[in-house]
Amino acid sequence: MYFVIAGGGEVGFHLARALLESGHEIMLIESDRKRAQWIEDELGSVVINASADEGRYQIEAGCQRADGVIAVTGDDAKNLVICQLAKYHCRVPRVIARVNNPKNEIVFKALGIDETVSSTRVLMNVIEQELPTGGFMPLMPLTGSHLEVIEAEIAPGTPAADRSIDTLGLPTGAEVGGIVRAGAILHADGHTRLAVGDRVIVLAPTVAEAEVRKALFG
Amino acid sequence: MNVIIVGCGRVGGFLAGLLDAGGHRVTIIDRERAAFVHLPAEFKGTTLLGDGSDLDILRHADADKADAFLALTQGDNRNIMAGQIAKEIFRVKQVIAKINDPIRAQTYRAHGMSTFSRTTILGTLLEAILSGNTAVGEELMRKVLEHEAEMSGDIAPVRD
Repeated sequence: MYFVIAGGGEVGFHLARALLESGHEIMLIESDRKRAQWIEDELGSVVINASADEGRYQIEAGCQRADGVIAVTGDDAKNLVICQLAKYHCRVPRVIARVNNPKNEIVFKALGIDETVSSTRVLMNVIEQELPTGGFMPLMPLTGSHLEVIEAEIAPGTPAADRSIDTLGLPTGAEVGGIVRAGAILHADGHTRLAVGDRVIVLAPTVAEAEVRKALFG
Repeated sequence: MNVIIVGCGRVGGFLAGLLDAGGHRVTIIDRERAAFVHLPAEFKGTTLLGDGSDLDILRHADADKADAFLALTQGDNRNIMAGQIAKEIFRVKQVIAKINDPIRAQTYRAHGMSTFSRTTILGTLLEAILSGNTAVGEELMRKVLEHEAEMSGDIAPVRD
């Protein structure tokens, strides 16, 4: 398959090499001249020294025939634009963005970039599996609305534990959609008391995310 | 009208001053504290230090209650991202982003965002003036001279 990689930092360079080694065809776009030259010395003529957020360089890199574009620069706004241009301008079937600030995962999804990778999130997931702390995870936005789905895990000591849903003080427009308790779905109403270990699924306006967090976790 | 401006450069600071003087509620955001020197001394609006493409900063700026949102930083990509967050997540009705690269400007205009480029606006205006196309330039130049006169404390030199 043919992949265009935008950004030749550590992530981009090693990804390029790994894809080449597994038999794929790639083109890497790197804006720094020295870095681009260095990568070319290492990997051969698979580098364009240009800025990947400009449409004409995406075309030069052959994005129209690419199976995927992967944006892995250190700048989230740039990665977003690279992926959107590839999608809108070159009709690339699959675009993947690295997000440096994990908060931007939900932003990218809301703006049409479904596949994101956050190294911070990956590390947090590893750590959270080890530590018994409560997790608050915005899962995804609901397409065509300004709502999102949030999963919150009630850990010991979480302020919402042993409280009924009515008394949590959830913001206007936010609703508990259900509770996963002991692996089964529990239908929740205002009188349902949250227990330690519950995974609470909340539907809320995206703008009220912080208030939902506050209602559950103080 | 509640207006949020991201980027307090010369244009952002000037526009914030104009809107504030016109009685609008203005919040202006910039990553650099030093940028707020571009605001006029009598500015009564809110200044907010932070990244205007950050979801939490925009929540803090009450973006969901804004009537208009202008992304005027020096980075096209940041303007595009901030503008889209305002439009798609906070549902701001009027969103305008400064995008100097004409290809990106066109792409995002096709996807429903109002965009403008200082390069093409200024270039078009100057070309119109030079070729004697007064209809394009005259009204705008009159406004510009009025604003400049107000800023320097003079009486507007252009009158009907």
